[in-house]
Amino acid sequence: MGENVLAVTDETFDAEVLKSDLPALVDFWASWCGPCRAIGPVVEELAEEYAGKVKVAKLNVDESPKTPGQYGIRAIPTLIMFKNGEVVDQITGAVSKSHIESALQKIV
Amino acid sequence: MEARELVIVGGGPAGMTAGLYAARARLDVVMIERLSPGGQMLTTDMVENWPGDLEPVNGFELAERMRKHALKFGLEITGNEVGGISVDGGHKVVHTPKGDIRCKALILCPGASPRKLGVPGETELTGKGVSYCGTCDGPFFRDQVVACIGGGDTAAEEALFLTKFAPKVYLVHRRDQLRATAILAERIMQNDKIEVLWSQVPLAFLGKNGVESVRLRKLKDNTEYDLAVQGAFVFVGTLPNTLFLNGVVEMDQQGFIIADKNQETSVPGVFAAGDCCSKLLRQIVTAAGEGATAAFAAQRYLED
Repeated sequence: MGENVLAVTDETFDAEVLKSDLPALVDFWASWCGPCRAIGPVVEELAEEYAGKVKVAKLNVDESPKTPGQYGIRAIPTLIMFKNGEVVDQITGAVSKSHIESALQKIV
Repeated sequence: MEARELVIVGGGPAGMTAGLYAARARLDVVMIERLSPGGQMLTTDMVENWPGDLEPVNGFELAERMRKHALKFGLEITGNEVGGISVDGGHKVVHTPKGDIRCKALILCPGASPRKLGVPGETELTGKGVSYCGTCDGPFFRDQVVACIGGGDTAAEEALFLTKFAPKVYLVHRRDQLRATAILAERIMQNDKIEVLWSQVPLAFLGKNGVESVRLRKLKDNTEYDLAVQGAFVFVGTLPNTLFLNGVVEMDQQGFIIADKNQETSVPGVFAAGDCCSKLLRQIVTAAGEGATAAFAAQRYLED
């Protein structure tokens, strides 16, 4: 995981994402999910480009099943854009960088 | 502007094989991939028909091996997204957000994506029970009843895969026999957890916060009913990822690229390989074969 990407868990989600001063992008993923691994480099690139503007985090749905359950996630990869603790946008599936960027524009 | 002899657009099995052959031919080549290399192999649980691999190989692992194989011979792979191409006489220009790349020859391997059914509720419930990838989303449906839509190889493979998690899998097929390869069809018929709903088509996905049922029509007597399921997996073919080409090369009515037996398109020096091509069979092995042909033909084109 890149240095600009933060690993969050069920325990740290509230403090790191919902109460974050910065808007946040959370990538819900699992190690057995090919497309999740495929968008990994794109998420890391975005984390670098948006450093200081958006907190980019990854949550492993196997290790932290509670949070994805709360958000009704039944497909991965799912990317959720949060601002002030609220869901602003959600993307399901391995999509292109430009697609994610247009969603990021809604929270920066 | 960056200039190359050859640019390969897309990193599935076609692109990676083209890259392997081009790198071994010592061409000045770069392969552009918008995600990690692998294409639809990344969403394939088990590949059983890759010659030489007697044991089923995981699609993700096969993708990784192909990537390492191409890298071993010096292929340069870059993460970028091609927004379009243009042709200027003998030169081709590949447009990307990180700048244009000029090249003499081009191999297009953008692949294909799952086709949507286009019924009400599908878009709204995608990610909330409607899925196009069993290997990604199957584990979310542990102990839940799901439907699988389609009758081809992918639908059959995914229905079998989903029985690892779901106690009951309905396979909904519009015909009265499966199109899937015989060995897969046999496994479907022998699996106690799978029930095939013959000659039925989905009309809508229903549910508030997640899929609760799928509305089906029986084609034999035109009656409709709602089948209670918590997940619906759609495998009804693919659509080519060729919109970005904006008609620069000739395509068929569905947007698949028309290439000749040397994989050359209607534009000299522009080749195509893999699932994006208009053809009979879309498999990893055919994509790889076409990638090799395209690279060899591109090399010939560059020498002339």
